[in-house]
Amino acid sequence: MQPVIEVKNVGMRFNLAEEKTDTLKEFFLKLAKHQLHFNEFWALKDVSLTIEKGESVALIGKNGSGKSTLLKLIAGVLAPTKGEIITRGEIAPLIELGAGFDYDLTGRENVFLNGAVMGFDRAFMEKHFDEILDFSELGRFIDVPVKNYSSGMTARLGFSIATITNPDILIVDEVLAVGDERFQKKCEERIRRLLDNNTTLLFVSHNAEKVKDICKRAIWLDEGNLMVDTDSKTACDAYHASFENKNA
Amino acid sequence: MKRKLELWAYQARKFRPLVKELIKRDLKVKYRRSFLGYVWSLLNPLLMMAVMSLVFSHFFRFQMEGVSYPLYLICGQTLFNFFNESTNQSMFAILGNATLLKKVYIPKFIFPLARTLSSFVTMSFSLGAIVIVIPFTGTPITPYILLFWVPLVFLFLFSCGVGLVLSALSVYFRDITHLYSVVILAWMYFTPIFYPTTIIPDHLSLLFKLNPLYHFIAFFRDTVVYGCMPSSATWLGCAVPGVVVFLLGFLIFRKLQKNFILYI
Repeated sequence: MQPVIEVKNVGMRFNLAEEKTDTLKEFFLKLAKHQLHFNEFWALKDVSLTIEKGESVALIGKNGSGKSTLLKLIAGVLAPTKGEIITRGEIAPLIELGAGFDYDLTGRENVFLNGAVMGFDRAFMEKHFDEILDFSELGRFIDVPVKNYSSGMTARLGFSIATITNPDILIVDEVLAVGDERFQKKCEERIRRLLDNNTTLLFVSHNAEKVKDICKRAIWLDEGNLMVDTDSKTACDAYHASFENKNA
Repeated sequence: MKRKLELWAYQARKFRPLVKELIKRDLKVKYRRSFLGYVWSLLNPLLMMAVMSLVFSHFFRFQMEGVSYPLYLICGQTLFNFFNESTNQSMFAILGNATLLKKVYIPKFIFPLARTLSSFVTMSFSLGAIVIVIPFTGTPITPYILLFWVPLVFLFLFSCGVGLVLSALSVYFRDITHLYSVVILAWMYFTPIFYPTTIIPDHLSLLFKLNPLYHFIAFFRDTVVYGCMPSSATWLGCAVPGVVVFLLGFLIFRKLQKNFILYI
């Protein structure tokens, strides 16, 4: 069987201009001064990996190591500067808080909007609405605009919607860290159930215990380089050893 | 090639609910907290027509060759308003949905497309105003009125193409949004909306006919106001810019969309 995610020699470059070029005047001024594309920054450098169906993979590494960039590339939000990414199947991305939410709309309206983003029509979402409301535990706050939600509430709603079906690929980027302990437990249970149903999980977390607990495999990224790609325990230990060495 | 087509079909199926939701959201936002809601789509053109016919029939006294000036006016107005609203709305479609685009994968052209569609829905309500006006003006109805939708379809394609380009350009250069309001004003005076085509001087007539809106409106008026078959020149003047601008807009948008995410 073909792997669900293939990342082939992917590099991602960002331009770290001090200010964005938003106006024509600035554009031509910078063009004249040869200041366009000035500060290049490679968030990912020649990363290759394949993930098979049903695997649970964690991405670990310090802040700015390229974890979120890699997730966004896999989710199709960003296009790689170099290399190629192939994904097979439905992706439910939980990248950052409130991915796919319109903050001006109420929670209820966002359930339908977010569902539509994932390709579910209104009838389908209405059928599952009570289940979502129930799992998110939002109660009467469901009719409040999302901009007034706490980060925990946003995460709860997002997770409840994304996991309403069995997505082929579930991407979870730190969003669970903001929920309270009880809700985190609930989410983990649901993730395990999805894994049993052959969902592929991509998970970013700074919590080594969680990583070892939920994921079998872990990938350690450091400054855009793939350092280690092995079972989660070995990878976590290697990662921890790296900064303990620095401290010593 | 086949794989590509399959992918398109798959995406079209997958994102149809999203287009629907976006249109619903646009309409909801438009009439939020207004007492009359959708009725405004009907009432607004009627009131505008009343004001403008009052002004122009007293100050300018155009020779209308036996057709009703208010009806002539509201036809041009309805079509131009659609073009104005849909392109203006599309222009902010990408910028306004930045929060969605930054975090989930959605084919980006969906946003300007949905904005154009929702303006089209609003315009179809406004067509009701024309239906109301026709009997009051005593305009005879001919079978040609059944063709009224033809220019609307081509106008939709044209507006969609223009909207796609504007939405992409506005991401890179916000100046466009300010410039466009001037362009649209000039465009309005350049299009026979409130004045009859007969006042256009002969030596400028060719220039006026290069304006696609001229033909969309002419086609619509031929079927509704004049009750005659539009000339083949008018047919061509609608179909060619409609299809060409739509395809061109799509291609330009596809070229420009790659780096959106870094700018919004």
